[in-house]
Amino acid sequence: MKTLQKFGFGIFLTGLSLFCALIFLGQYQLTPEKFDKLITEKGIKSELFIANLNANVVNKTFSGPFDFSTKIIAALEEANTIHRKKREWSKVIWDKPHSFSYEVAKKAGIGSIVEHKGMFWLLTFGLGILGSLLYILPNVITLGPPGIKNNDIFFDSSTNRGFLGWFVFIFLVAFYVLLYFFPDYIVNWTYIVDPISKRLSGNLASQWFLYGFLYCVVMMVMAIRMYIKYRNNKYQILRTTSVLFFQIVFAFLIPEILVRFEKPWYDFKNAFPLDYDFFFSWNLNSLISSGGFGLFILVWGIVLTLVIVPVMVYFFGKRWYCSWVCGCGGLAETLGDPFRHLSNKSIGAWKLERWLVHGVLVFSLLMTGFTLYSYFSGASAVFGIKTQTLQNIYGFLIGSIFAGVIGTGFYPIFGNRVWCRFGCPLAAYLGLVQRFKSRFRITTNGGQCISCGNCSTYCEMGIDVRAYAQKGQNIVRSSCVGCGVCSAVCPRGVLKLENGPLANRTHLPNFPLGNTLDN
Amino acid sequence: MVTQPPIIIIGNGIAGITTARHIRKKSDVPILIISKESRYFFSRTALMYVYMGHLKWEHTQPYENHFWKKNRLDLLEETVTTINPALKTIGLSNGTELSYAKLVLATGSIPNKFGWPGENLKGVQGLYSKQDLENLESLSSSIKEAIVVGGGLIGIELAEMLHARGKKVTFLVREKSFWSNVLPLEDSQMINRHILSHGIELKLATNLIKIIEDENGRAKAILTEHGEMIPCQFVGLTAGVRPNIDFIKNTSIASKRGILVNKYLETNQADIYAIGDCAEQQEPVEGRRAIEAVWYTGRMMGETLAKTIVGEKTAYRPGHWFNSAKLFDIASQTYGWVAAHPDENESHFHWENREKNLGITIAFNKTTHEFLGINTFGLRMRHEIFDQILTEKRSVSHVIEHLNDCNFDPEFFTSYATQIVAKFNQEHDTNIRLKKKSWTRIFTNLITKE
Repeated sequence: MKTLQKFGFGIFLTGLSLFCALIFLGQYQLTPEKFDKLITEKGIKSELFIANLNANVVNKTFSGPFDFSTKIIAALEEANTIHRKKREWSKVIWDKPHSFSYEVAKKAGIGSIVEHKGMFWLLTFGLGILGSLLYILPNVITLGPPGIKNNDIFFDSSTNRGFLGWFVFIFLVAFYVLLYFFPDYIVNWTYIVDPISKRLSGNLASQWFLYGFLYCVVMMVMAIRMYIKYRNNKYQILRTTSVLFFQIVFAFLIPEILVRFEKPWYDFKNAFPLDYDFFFSWNLNSLISSGGFGLFILVWGIVLTLVIVPVMVYFFGKRWYCSWVCGCGGLAETLGDPFRHLSNKSIGAWKLERWLVHGVLVFSLLMTGFTLYSYFSGASAVFGIKTQTLQNIYGFLIGSIFAGVIGTGFYPIFGNRVWCRFGCPLAAYLGLVQRFKSRFRITTNGGQCISCGNCSTYCEMGIDVRAYAQKGQNIVRSSCVGCGVCSAVCPRGVLKLENGPLANRTHLPNFPLGNTLDN
Repeated sequence: MVTQPPIIIIGNGIAGITTARHIRKKSDVPILIISKESRYFFSRTALMYVYMGHLKWEHTQPYENHFWKKNRLDLLEETVTTINPALKTIGLSNGTELSYAKLVLATGSIPNKFGWPGENLKGVQGLYSKQDLENLESLSSSIKEAIVVGGGLIGIELAEMLHARGKKVTFLVREKSFWSNVLPLEDSQMINRHILSHGIELKLATNLIKIIEDENGRAKAILTEHGEMIPCQFVGLTAGVRPNIDFIKNTSIASKRGILVNKYLETNQADIYAIGDCAEQQEPVEGRRAIEAVWYTGRMMGETLAKTIVGEKTAYRPGHWFNSAKLFDIASQTYGWVAAHPDENESHFHWENREKNLGITIAFNKTTHEFLGINTFGLRMRHEIFDQILTEKRSVSHVIEHLNDCNFDPEFFTSYATQIVAKFNQEHDTNIRLKKKSWTRIFTNLITKE
């Protein structure tokens, strides 16, 4: 079994290495026909840029994306600088350089990767999936009978911030940096999922399609790991199935199919303010111009945030969203599960959490307020602050860096819920409802706690669960996402997530049950 | 100004620390806690999880390091060697003398040894203290085969620990069945099967004769009473614990197996108290043992003594008995008393699901049908509900009828209540109908308490 697992790990690494190697491979050639098409599609009016590309890029063959991208971006920036000086605003190319370069590269790819997309899919995704399954499936036997399966977690370098953990950290951060800021370097990755994208939406794959697809694949594979690890716990099994379902169907399939029917791309479960650009003018305009269906989405989005989310939190706690439905939560609960114990449990971290997460909530609401004011008044700035600038800062700092690079990249260092705990404005909103008006609590079973610390250690949100349990108090915390793992790892059956009457939900006895002293 | 001598607590386990915390809630008196074992309070029950890699040492500490200073609880890492009740002083191993206003002895237990030949060899130890864990860890890489001697809770935990680290474990149990002095036979047999299913070599009704040493003074094998020689590199002695009181034997503080205390937890010397594992009750509460080396009772004695120390003299009167354990993958809870060997008035009802390792045993009075206690295995029950049931002296049929209220399993877990009720009805010729779970009933308990 161990040999099979090592073999599987080897195959996985092969697939992963090939996937990484793809970045450096491939050939790019911009033919005059493709270039003409691009000029028309993008409406490029800069004769400087066109001349530069005709001289330096067109009909030349480039190996790998870097040289190609450098030439395109240099041409773009040179042309823009001159046009800006001459105040020829209509000739300026306003696209972000690397996004623009991505669009050119997507058209210009030639050679074996573009010709054998399916084969390269098998060599990367295929081997990766196969290898992981060969590594994960034998756990049914190697982990022994159903039960709490946390042996060796703090001895393993991948799960205890060892060499492997830091390696995964660097890999994930690099991945997110490329995805968000250098899409032109990962054009080859998008080629290999083109056939799948074609079938779903009818379009070629963008880097966001690639990300969505990869997200689903990673979640599926890691969900299998969850099913095996927590096979003694039905709550975990159902919850894992639920997040997987919502990711694949709601976040991936439905939006792509909507595009096929020329409707706006929309993830029906992604609630504002997590979906921070829902009220951006481009989105509102696109929804309003898509007729009845667009209006339905508009109304749904507002009702989801204002009515459905708080009502559901009242009845079930924020877990219904954060650990049963949400995509960020879904990744955290599957790919992130091996790192859950790395969250910081100190009071200091709790303080930081409250400042940060509520700060982001306020920021998102302010930014949206500005956005809506600008939308209806037509003013581009409010109190001298440009709405566009605020949106850009939010998108960069919160949307990309916090949610992506830090949120997922830091899994192996700070645990799997860094974004959800410190950054997610929706989680902050749900948390306020959960803390002050909800039937949800984690019940402490009388005086049974032995203070062993498994609950606190495995709490991904860094809640010191034991601090409550050992006092005989229920746990009602705004940050609790109700993953249920504290209850699953408690060796004495002390904790139970449940929804019940509000009265005495947070009652703190003078002494835990068991003694006869006045309480 | 003369500084006021502190309340000195010897021992920083659950009993001592609970005392300190509850005194501090009510009073500003200086408090000094002395322990050589570790600077900061840790949960002894979590030692096993450190060895198995579930936790790191710092996770076993229920309070952050700044807690102690913030609450003005002074900590001293020293060994107390002498006590002078007449002068109200204690002496430390470094020669220092300290005065106390009141002295709390909360020194816990040490593992039993029964004079087995070889019991002090290298590679032979108990598992109780932080130092035991460190010893085991330092030996661990040289252990392939391990023996665990003694069929109680620490024994089964040590077996699980060694098994988790890939050692071949032989588990010697003196009794005919695991923990059979506490568990009724059917419960105990269920655990026997579970131990075996993990690939542990379980040897029941087997006594240790001696431990054999190799040329380096380390254990290399054991000999059992059946003449069997089993090679090993480690022997865990887990045949129970006894009060850790050797250092008070030469003082005027009265002791037998433990330090003798009255119901106020006072020793025979003024201003000296004893609590937790090391205390022996002269008049135990009815039905309870004089020494109860259990986490929960240590905590309760601490709570009680704190009241006395801050001026509300309070007798130690624990409520209904409860306990919990984890036996490999089977978590177990107990509420009330289920006798291992029931007398003629006690009847047992046992239900079991062998495939899923689930079981319960309910004890009740044969004639009055009063519910006496329940052992659960793999099923969780609500402490508060059972506490109430015991206080109200409810009947066994009341318990069976309200199993859904009692259940504390996580959401979506399969309910076995219907099966349990059916079996009870069949065996007792009754017609009890299971009631639906009622939040009102479950929470009435809590609400009336407010």
